[in-house]
Amino acid sequence: MFTILQIVLFIVLCVTAGFLAYKGYLRVYKNIMLGKSEDLSGDSSERLKNMLLIAFGQKKMFKNITPAVLHLLIYVGFVITQIELIEVFIDGLTGSHRIVFHAVKDIPALRFLYVFTISSIEVMSVFVFIATVAFLCRRWILKVPRLNKPELKGFPVMDATIILVSEIYLLACIFSMNTADMALHNGEYGFFVSNLLMPAFAGFGETALHVFERTGWWGHMLGVLALLVYLPYSKHLHILLAFPNTYFGRLQPKGYISNMPEITKEIKLMMDPSAVPPPVDANAAPVKFGAKDVFDLTWKNLLDAYTCTECGRCTAACPANQTGKLLSPRKIMMDTRDRMEEVGRIKAANNGVWIDDGKSLIENNYITVEELRACTTCNACVEECPIMISPLEIIVELRRNLVMEESNAPAEWNGMFTAMENNGAPWQFSQQDRLNWKNG
Amino acid sequence: MQVKTYAEYASTGETPEVLFWVGCAGSFDQRAQKVTRSFVKILNHLNIRFAVLGTEESCTGDPAKRAGNEFVFQMLALQNIEVMNTYGVKRIVTTCPHCFNILKNEYPSLGGNYEVIHHSTFLQKLIDEGRIKITDTATFKGKKITYHDSCYLGRANEIYEAPRKVLEELDAELVEMKSCRTKGLCCGAGGAQMFKEDEKGTKRINIARTEEALETNAQIVAAACPFCNTMITDGVKSKEKQQDVKVFDIAELLAAGQGLETISL
Repeated sequence: MFTILQIVLFIVLCVTAGFLAYKGYLRVYKNIMLGKSEDLSGDSSERLKNMLLIAFGQKKMFKNITPAVLHLLIYVGFVITQIELIEVFIDGLTGSHRIVFHAVKDIPALRFLYVFTISSIEVMSVFVFIATVAFLCRRWILKVPRLNKPELKGFPVMDATIILVSEIYLLACIFSMNTADMALHNGEYGFFVSNLLMPAFAGFGETALHVFERTGWWGHMLGVLALLVYLPYSKHLHILLAFPNTYFGRLQPKGYISNMPEITKEIKLMMDPSAVPPPVDANAAPVKFGAKDVFDLTWKNLLDAYTCTECGRCTAACPANQTGKLLSPRKIMMDTRDRMEEVGRIKAANNGVWIDDGKSLIENNYITVEELRACTTCNACVEECPIMISPLEIIVELRRNLVMEESNAPAEWNGMFTAMENNGAPWQFSQQDRLNWKNG
Repeated sequence: MQVKTYAEYASTGETPEVLFWVGCAGSFDQRAQKVTRSFVKILNHLNIRFAVLGTEESCTGDPAKRAGNEFVFQMLALQNIEVMNTYGVKRIVTTCPHCFNILKNEYPSLGGNYEVIHHSTFLQKLIDEGRIKITDTATFKGKKITYHDSCYLGRANEIYEAPRKVLEELDAELVEMKSCRTKGLCCGAGGAQMFKEDEKGTKRINIARTEEALETNAQIVAAACPFCNTMITDGVKSKEKQQDVKVFDIAELLAAGQGLETISL
């Protein structure tokens, strides 16, 4: 009876979490699809290689060795713990206890493999624990500069801490579960780390050990389900989105900025005196240059924003940020994501219909003109990002809107544009003097 | 100084080996004009048949594009492409990383397909072919040179080694700044910053970069970009170090090494 109740409870929790998670991830997907379409198909072998090297292999993390090693420990630990989770899940569904162990315990080779696997998970978990504590120290005690910038105030810093603390919580659950289970079965399983921890549980009776074991089991399961639901609201979503984001990452040299075909068309008409302009479709939506809001960015730009885990390597490398300017590439990504969420909420509240809230991604507590102006397009942020996010693409799109739609440019730039148009140079020199250097 | 334009070549029915894209800085900025002349001295010394567009050359449109003005960029780009395609240009060499980047990466989809080479790579190839002979070793003996990575060469196009190879030819010690190669700190000029005042901040970017250069105790800061050259020269001046530290383009240094140019250190 008690077992049946546990199974029912387990299934109810899984279904509820699955439903909530589905809604959360669907929200993220819909928000990304607010962006303009862009065809990024093709080049699949190169893209796959990028994904394997950069997301799976964490290649770009290793530019910065200390966090790279700590991050790798947590990553490997997280991935291999999923193996134990399979057994936890089957046990939950069937009401069994360590079903895999009992299936293989009389076959020496498989029993060895099982014990070896769980022991490896335990050993990795110890490393994960050390790495997680180290990350908490870097954030809260060492106060690594890039983890203590103004754009992280409020929810972002809490989000980061929630993730790290829940990792420690999950580890505590695993060890409580395994060690109590070992103590209950006189160490029969032979798991490496819990074997060492067993003396700590020596003073407890059978009932207490059962409570520890069950608390660990349920605690772990609930923790995993809670994280699954929380993930689409957290910067931690990078553990999933890093893969598509590196797959769809730019393949061109970093110096490349896309040309706008709609403008090419106009200029070709201008340059060709015999050209006949195509008939104007009165119903067509007016062409908008650059991006003013998330709708005007591409879905890849928006995927970038959701993929960002706010590590701040971009901001630490940004020459403008280093010299005290307002620009922070990380904030560009965070503001883009926050605006996307806001737009998504408005749409969701109106049955999927967008009702203009009179705001946009520029100003309105999002990205300011001052920030956009400070960018030197040096690509340091793009180079630094471990998962191929480009804050620069968004900056250029927003600059295009400011300059071409709003005529909002500093006076010096307007002078420069005029000079370029009139005499083919950013300065006021006559084109006829272009060869004068040879007389020097 | 012997310089022929594409128009002059075309009038005699000849085809030059390469188009030297001078760029606006190289054409008009007094400091960059010197770099242009040094590079031409090397080309002439090696009897390389190059042509310039002269008065038919316009700005590539780089600062407008990066400021957000795609109209001005494409207007200039389409004009330049028309001129170059009329002459049947195949290869371009340029001393400006901004021109190099935009000609190489952004002109093709507008109809301008050329082999585009930055002068650092061009000079490195000449060195590899054994065509460049260093005759003046006295100038650089015992001197330290630090190379400043241009963003548009380095991160933008992953050219890190060519300019260093050029400098290694000289009999000097090559030292690196705190941030170099992929981590190279911008001079502050890119993205059309060259043409406007800085935003409010605690320091100018060129000062931050100059400080890194000065920390190396190098007597020479080598640049491969006219804008970096200006920015760091300004930085050195504002640190009042212009007597001890000089900023040169790699072409000027290589010309000096060949005895084609005298530079004062």
